[in-house]
Amino acid sequence: MSKRVPKERYEKTRSYRFKQWLAGTKDPFLDNVEMKPQKEIHEPEKLVHEHELQHLQIVEKAYDLEHNAQIRLFQKLYNVFSVIFCLSLVFILLVGVSYLPQYGREDNPVNNEVSARYIEQGLQETGAVNIVTGMILDYRAFDTLGESHVLFLATCTVLILLRKDKKKKQETAEYNDRIYEPKNDVILQTVARVLVPFIEIFGIYVILGGHLGPGGGFSGGAICGAGLILYLNAFGFVKTERFFTGKTYKCMCFGALACYSLAKTYSFFTGANHIESVIPLGTPGAILSSGLILILDICVGFVVAGTMYTFYVMFRKGGY
Amino acid sequence: MELFFDLLLIFLLVCAVAVSLSKNLLNSIIVYMSFSLIMSVIWILLESPDLAITEAAVGAGVTSILFIITLKKIHAITEDKKKKNEEENHE
Repeated sequence: MSKRVPKERYEKTRSYRFKQWLAGTKDPFLDNVEMKPQKEIHEPEKLVHEHELQHLQIVEKAYDLEHNAQIRLFQKLYNVFSVIFCLSLVFILLVGVSYLPQYGREDNPVNNEVSARYIEQGLQETGAVNIVTGMILDYRAFDTLGESHVLFLATCTVLILLRKDKKKKQETAEYNDRIYEPKNDVILQTVARVLVPFIEIFGIYVILGGHLGPGGGFSGGAICGAGLILYLNAFGFVKTERFFTGKTYKCMCFGALACYSLAKTYSFFTGANHIESVIPLGTPGAILSSGLILILDICVGFVVAGTMYTFYVMFRKGGY
Repeated sequence: MELFFDLLLIFLLVCAVAVSLSKNLLNSIIVYMSFSLIMSVIWILLESPDLAITEAAVGAGVTSILFIITLKKIHAITEDKKKKNEEENHE
């Protein structure tokens, strides 16, 4: 966010001087340099026509395969070398693979005490019936935190690349919507009205049941995001922006990521200092069990659902 | 069941080759979608429903939608129709 600074003060700043130096109006040794705008070059029409003709002739001669032996040679060599390059790449990769340990052998580095511990004591230590979720959100929760941040960063990058000016935005959005989207499509709207609630409920079920059965934050969030996209396609931006705008996404994402980080900080702190965690693990199989996993699942779900929806909006409209 | 699994794997290969060989971009996106769908069925057969759900939602759903929007934005879908119309007119 930039503040408006009076011009006199701005001229003293370093960035202004740097800009001047970049533009060439100011030289550190010669001081101010006079800049004259270049005159526009006016070519008579005859000359322009001649140049175009010459250009066409050059193109014709340069890409004339029948008479230009050099190009023919180049194309043949190009094909041969591309094949050689591909084959050598395949060879190098195959040699690299041959150094890997054999698949499924007993003394592979994969088969160590870690996986045995996960399988034997995972239920008691994490309280999650679904061992995969227990691993992702308890033993390896730090990785999942990084993953959520990667998603958030990806959205930021898409925002930087695809966002449009506020003035231009409205015209193009209207234009795009009118040309590409069938407005008030009855079939789509009816199907969406029936399907979207079920999709959302299923997504929430998958998020909440992550520690009991297959599922978890990422898959449930993706389902929720897909449902939102369907709703947006059927009813347009006016209806979705009543409850989901860019500000909502920012607050949601920030809240979820901060909540995740705080929860995990607590468990790392207690774990590293050998303090008993206050959060009870509960009985395995109940919905309110397995300590922090449920909260972390919900956080990840929020981030993923928002990210999916925001990606779609960015691609279609270039901003909320 | 074995036969079904082998059939799915063959479909997977066919899809993978067809994506790279088809000239029409929209066709290759749809084939890519079916690739993800077959892959999610295979994940279920390999007893990892977690991955199956994610693959169906992300691979078959969101990614292909993003691809299709991109095609629309670069006018790859509409131009095809125009070309066809022009060809018909010439004939």
